[in-house]
Amino acid sequence: MQFLIFSIQSLSNIKHYVFTALCITLFVNTSFAQFDIPETPKFQTSVYDYTGSLLSSNQKKRLEQKLIKYSDTTSTQIVLAIINSTNGENINYLGAQWGEKWGIGQDKEDNGILILLAKNDRKIAINTGHGVEHLLTDAMSKRIIERDIIPYFKKGNYYGGLNRGSDAIFEVLKGEYKGSRKSNNNDFPIEAVIFLIFIFIIILISISKNKRGGGRNGGRRSPSINILEAIILSNSGRGSYHRGSGGFGGSFGGSSESSGGFGGGFGGGGFGGGGASGSW
Amino acid sequence: MKKFLPLIIIAILAIGAYSWATGFNNTAVEHEADAKTAWSKVESAYQRRADLIPNLVSTVKGYATHEKGTLEGVIKARSEATKTTINAGDLTPEKMTQFQQAQQGLSGALSKLLVTVERYPELKADKSFLELQSQLEGTENRINISRDRFNDAVNKYDKLIKRFPQKLFSSMFGFEEMARFKSAAGSENTPKVEF
Repeated sequence: MQFLIFSIQSLSNIKHYVFTALCITLFVNTSFAQFDIPETPKFQTSVYDYTGSLLSSNQKKRLEQKLIKYSDTTSTQIVLAIINSTNGENINYLGAQWGEKWGIGQDKEDNGILILLAKNDRKIAINTGHGVEHLLTDAMSKRIIERDIIPYFKKGNYYGGLNRGSDAIFEVLKGEYKGSRKSNNNDFPIEAVIFLIFIFIIILISISKNKRGGGRNGGRRSPSINILEAIILSNSGRGSYHRGSGGFGGSFGGSSESSGGFGGGFGGGGFGGGGASGSW
Repeated sequence: MKKFLPLIIIAILAIGAYSWATGFNNTAVEHEADAKTAWSKVESAYQRRADLIPNLVSTVKGYATHEKGTLEGVIKARSEATKTTINAGDLTPEKMTQFQQAQQGLSGALSKLLVTVERYPELKADKSFLELQSQLEGTENRINISRDRFNDAVNKYDKLIKRFPQKLFSSMFGFEEMARFKSAAGSENTPKVEF
């Protein structure tokens, strides 16, 4: 009896597998992904060079910084992925699936852009998320590729083309989205206020000290120069007065640093297949 | 106590069966809704293509005066394609085939038109034509993407309602299998809009 039940179940299982296999062969064959999109990286930043050689590390860093800074102020995430080949797949199709899988851009705004470069295919595609399609239209993407990027690529200057292309994208998207990194947890910019109060206190202290007896600082300089000096030479650590401002320099640097990839990572933006591609 | 034992067992079984059934029902409802949303995206992608065509036709008309037949073919195929729509709640295989045939008719007419464009270098250099062409490319890509996502969504739903124990309840709860997009014979490759 048990065996009978088991065999019936396994029979229906087999049927099910045959059915799915049939579905897969029937319906997916037109567009079966020949290129395996990499898993969403743990460290989410703006430039991924899977060829490892197209950009020098210096160039890569510069582009990365630029795109991250742009994302900080606008929340629009632009990711550049460089691969060797799409293995025969349509680059725009691949790019849209890629952007969707990684979730580039913010969840609600869908303001992600994936620039996909296939080095050996000599092809580049700009793929736009739903939220930027109305500005960076297909025709506009095509124009950027043809006018801003490809002229550089033809001369073998990949960095130049990508740099100019991202500038062109910035111009097109001007002012559409606002960044939220600095006030991620809170709409009120507490850090900025604390920072201002801190400066105010420093100024007060320096003024009062100078009033009490300029002798401590040698009395040779006016207070305004001292303040300026404190800000410029914040780490020089001369005397108790300078030490205080040194601490401020450190904390400020920590909060404004933007070299750690995208703040909050990819936001889960969606891609519906917009964009354009070109070859050189 | 002994008297109530069978009652308790029955009650537990009934509660178990009930929670299983609601669980199944709710998951199926979710998957069904996802598939319907995916379908609406497919339709809007096709609609986008249909919307581009009047502009495309008028642009081509300006240069290619001798292609009246081809242009008329595109217009006819377009009206045919826009006429054939399916309600998301009624995705039967027959309607799906109809829909696909209409859209493929339009794809065919479009690619014919784009082949004739080859003969008109001035048209090929026209700015608005180039923009339309890149928009058309993007739209074809959107169509492909939305079709595949629709198929994935339907696959998920169909798998759920066709599995063995659920299968017995699917029709009872009113879940019917949804049709997928099929690749028509000879159309493994998307219509080319590149030149």
